[in-house]
Amino acid sequence: MSGEKDLEQMKREAAAKAKAAALAKMKAKESDSETPPAGEADDLAKKKAAAAAKAKAAALAKMKAKESDSETPPAGEADDLAKKKAAAAAKAKAAALAKMKAKEADTETPPAEEADDLAKKKAAAAAKAKAAALAKMKAKESDSETPPAEEADDLAKKKAAAAAKAKAAALAKMKAKESDSETPPAGEADDLAKKKAAAAAKAKAAAAAKSKAAGSACSGDEKAKAIAAAKSKAAAAAAAKAKAASAGKAAEEHGEEKVPSPNQPLLDKYVKIIGEHLGSEVLEDSYINSLSKDVPTIVVKKEAYYKVAQFLKYNERLGFDYLSELHGTDFETHMEIYVHLYSYKNRQPLALKVKLDRSEPVIESLQPLWAGAEWPECEAYDLLGITFTGHPNLHRILLGEDWVGYPMRKDYEPYDVEV
Amino acid sequence: MIRTEEMLLNVGPQHPSTHGVFRLVVKIDGEIITEAKPVIGYLHRGTEKLAENLQYTQIIPYTDRMDYISSMTNNYVICHAVETMMGIQVPDRAEYLRVLAMELNRVASHLVWWGTYLLDIGAVSPFLYAFREREMIINLLNELSGARLTFNYMRVGGVKWDAPEGWIEKVAEFVPYMREQLKGYHQLVTGNEIFINRVKGVGRYTKEDALQYSLSGANARCTGIKWDLRKDEPYSIYDRFDFDVISREGGDAWARYECRLAEIEESLKIIEQAVEQFPRAGEIMAKVPKIIKAPKGEAFVRIESPRGEIGCYIASDGKKEPYRLKFRRPSFYNLQILPKLLVGENIANLIAILGAIDIVLGEVDG
Amino acid sequence: MIQDLLYSSPSLANFGIFFLLATVFLFVILGFVTYAILAERKVMGFMQLRHGPNQVGGRWGLLQTVADVLKLLLKEDTIPKLADRPLFILAPAIAFAPAFMVVATIPFTDSLQFADIGVGLLYYIAVSGLTTIGIVTGSWASNNKYSLLGGMRAAAQMISYEIPLVMSVLGIILLSGSLNLNEIVEAQKDGWFIILQPIAFIVFLIASVAELNRAPFDLPEAESELVAGFHVEYSGFRWAFFMLAEYVYFFAMASLITVLFLGGWLPLPFLGFIPGAVWFALKFSVVVFLLIWFRVTFPRVRADQLMEFGWKVLLPVALANIFLTALLKELLNAF
Repeated sequence: MSGEKDLEQMKREAAAKAKAAALAKMKAKESDSETPPAGEADDLAKKKAAAAAKAKAAALAKMKAKESDSETPPAGEADDLAKKKAAAAAKAKAAALAKMKAKEADTETPPAEEADDLAKKKAAAAAKAKAAALAKMKAKESDSETPPAEEADDLAKKKAAAAAKAKAAALAKMKAKESDSETPPAGEADDLAKKKAAAAAKAKAAAAAKSKAAGSACSGDEKAKAIAAAKSKAAAAAAAKAKAASAGKAAEEHGEEKVPSPNQPLLDKYVKIIGEHLGSEVLEDSYINSLSKDVPTIVVKKEAYYKVAQFLKYNERLGFDYLSELHGTDFETHMEIYVHLYSYKNRQPLALKVKLDRSEPVIESLQPLWAGAEWPECEAYDLLGITFTGHPNLHRILLGEDWVGYPMRKDYEPYDVEV
Repeated sequence: MIRTEEMLLNVGPQHPSTHGVFRLVVKIDGEIITEAKPVIGYLHRGTEKLAENLQYTQIIPYTDRMDYISSMTNNYVICHAVETMMGIQVPDRAEYLRVLAMELNRVASHLVWWGTYLLDIGAVSPFLYAFREREMIINLLNELSGARLTFNYMRVGGVKWDAPEGWIEKVAEFVPYMREQLKGYHQLVTGNEIFINRVKGVGRYTKEDALQYSLSGANARCTGIKWDLRKDEPYSIYDRFDFDVISREGGDAWARYECRLAEIEESLKIIEQAVEQFPRAGEIMAKVPKIIKAPKGEAFVRIESPRGEIGCYIASDGKKEPYRLKFRRPSFYNLQILPKLLVGENIANLIAILGAIDIVLGEVDG
Repeated sequence: MIQDLLYSSPSLANFGIFFLLATVFLFVILGFVTYAILAERKVMGFMQLRHGPNQVGGRWGLLQTVADVLKLLLKEDTIPKLADRPLFILAPAIAFAPAFMVVATIPFTDSLQFADIGVGLLYYIAVSGLTTIGIVTGSWASNNKYSLLGGMRAAAQMISYEIPLVMSVLGIILLSGSLNLNEIVEAQKDGWFIILQPIAFIVFLIASVAELNRAPFDLPEAESELVAGFHVEYSGFRWAFFMLAEYVYFFAMASLITVLFLGGWLPLPFLGFIPGAVWFALKFSVVVFLLIWFRVTFPRVRADQLMEFGWKVLLPVALANIFLTALLKELLNAF
């Protein structure tokens, strides 16, 4: 703690620079990678606090007042820090929050570090806010790690998640309780907690500020905790909602996968009819593309492409009279033509795909079948260099004949005469 | 004996009636066209290539610049594609805002078409009347999005801004006003003998041609195809509105003209209902990750833009940028039939036919 | 006064007087053109929800056209490299000269007229046809495909519509028994020819709009089709000449309609205390307004429809009108 004053100055400077969320995030990341012995942690914490510096004056004042009242910190400097942190936290929504913090600060008297953990974890939980997937993963991680103390934590989180729908107030209470009841041994938990806090930092600027506070653990533990806790609450509400929503969605997705797509009969019909007339070997693959509104998709062999297309158009039961879209894609391993067909007669869609050899992308033109394929094929020729045989007027439709290279290929290098 | 010669005439890329930088090389015998060859690409900006290095949200402003007459539908199609892939449920209020924005934009787009088409035909005033009404729509959309033309309004999962206070009321007021003006349009132009003679029977094609040439929108509906993606493959919340799919049997410029004007009325119907049903409160953004990453795979969605069927194909490898993005640009497809229609027509009809297709060059060239 | 001069023996003084008068008259016409253009722009503006010129020369933009003309004079005179130079330079003059010549015969009041020619009407129609030569010359000399198309359209249109124009006037000549414009006005003392010859009026009005190349018959310079038609390659003062010719014809045609159908300077009953010149100006303004109104309202007709309309509708109607007039006149005479 020798350089305390210096540190403070640095903090102030940093605070002045403080921009916004972006900065906050970056700092949060830094704190991630670093698991510093007390001193460094301090720095970080200060920087973060600086980032948070936007804080409003009024809110700050109140919170500080409360905190300094209720807290009896081990070290004198801790006070300063705490205030700064509180300032950082100040962005947090408002009076309500402030009150809650005050309460927590009151109730908590844990050996410094564990409380920290908790706070951080909550912050982490909050961070999940946006990404449901992320949330799950984190939960797993914390699962797989089995420090004696953390189980309780996990549980708490789960509860929080479950309770998610409940309003912010309800949540806040629960958290407060948790932090009360839990008294885990400190150990490695700290690291983890920090990491999570860091992750959480992505959340809002506020969240970031909180995590920073958490980072400063060693010197101003209690205050840090209080702040972190407060932040975590703020974020938690949002996070919880998101989790609930995502959980719901996940459930739905699961459901969908099990229930066959409504378009499955269509696909079966196509495959059956094609199989009957052209033999099943013309199809490379056939599936329902669940990402694309369940469109039945068939992948045909290159040799059979035109034949299948012709069949698709003229067969009575298929009758794809409308070509909605045709384009090529360079998948690096191969080229692909994607054709979206629609049958106005039978009101059914179909995606037809064919894979081409990338070194020699040549394929029959569909222009004789659907005149509307003329320009799209020119476009594919122009941008990807796919040659369509039997096309009446294959030319570089967009770029002009003197263009060098095929821009939509992944390995395209712009040609510049001067270089 | 008089020796006659065929003449090669470049219509565009700098020509008042090509609606942009479109060039048409026509061979004419007197004033009769014997051959027409469209040349496009003057406005090609490589949107699809650029998009491969952009995050999904960053691509949205680029779509504004494709069909710059109807940016809202362009905004929507890419958001819709990503949402479809990610399975995002868009909040109700956001959906209503989107529908309102899109339908207002559709009306504005048809008005621009109406005005410029009559300008092509040689009547100057309708253009200014149409722009008066369009200006009101643009102002409404400006209030909503902060831009007059390139709105950049929609986001994956919702919309960027909520409706400002009193906006819905303004929209509600606009609907009856627009209906009144439409009557005026019909009085001024639709019944005009010269106009009818200029467009009736001009640029006629059949239903089969329309399908064969992948035409969509009013260009297809004018031949009797009753097909509107809003009705037949409902996306967003279009299934909650009661409106008709307009179609005509003529297949000529006149039928296209009638279709579009009637579509304005249908759009007004939708706007009216959307205003009624508009949720008074609620989210305007779904909960989406900060960095949007479409899951690995591919998707193709299509929606109904004022010009026809606009589609968006995304192939994703799970990164935050699309692996391949492709737009099905309705003007590009619709323009294909032009050379076929022009043979045997005269220069005046060339303009009338080209205008009736309703192309936007930003979209044709991508 | 002018009549006396015309009948006096030629002398240098005579020439001087006429030259001076002609110059004054030219400026009067230029003044009219200036304000006709302004009026057109203002009227069009109001009809199209715009303001029209309102910056140069006060709120009404009274000096806008003056400024425009000055700008045109200062513009670079461009002649395409491959143009037929002498013809290109000559064409605007050929187009403008007849426009100025025809105005000489128009009687504005019974005393204010430049030349009272016995066959004034015939003179007008004959000379005005010459402008087409200027237009075709200019369009050919420009060596531009659009202008060539425009020139061809102009030639076809002028020839087609000259005929119904003349035919429709025959009814009036039958009734008045004279080709002299003064006498035609005098013949309307008992009733304007717009009442006695309504069919002729409609045919004449349509044909005159076509003769003027104004919307809806502005095919030779159809902007949306031929960019600018026959004067694509003209700029600066040469272009101004075409413009001038157009508006002088506008002036002349409006005057002619006033004289032929609206009774010229003749007053309405009981309003004889208002001077003839004012009456003429009023009627003239109504016609000008009508023509501007046409331009704002109508879409353009197509070339083939224009021909069809001219030959298959206007001409037969005009012929029928002659027949009808002659019949009525004989019947009335008989009783």
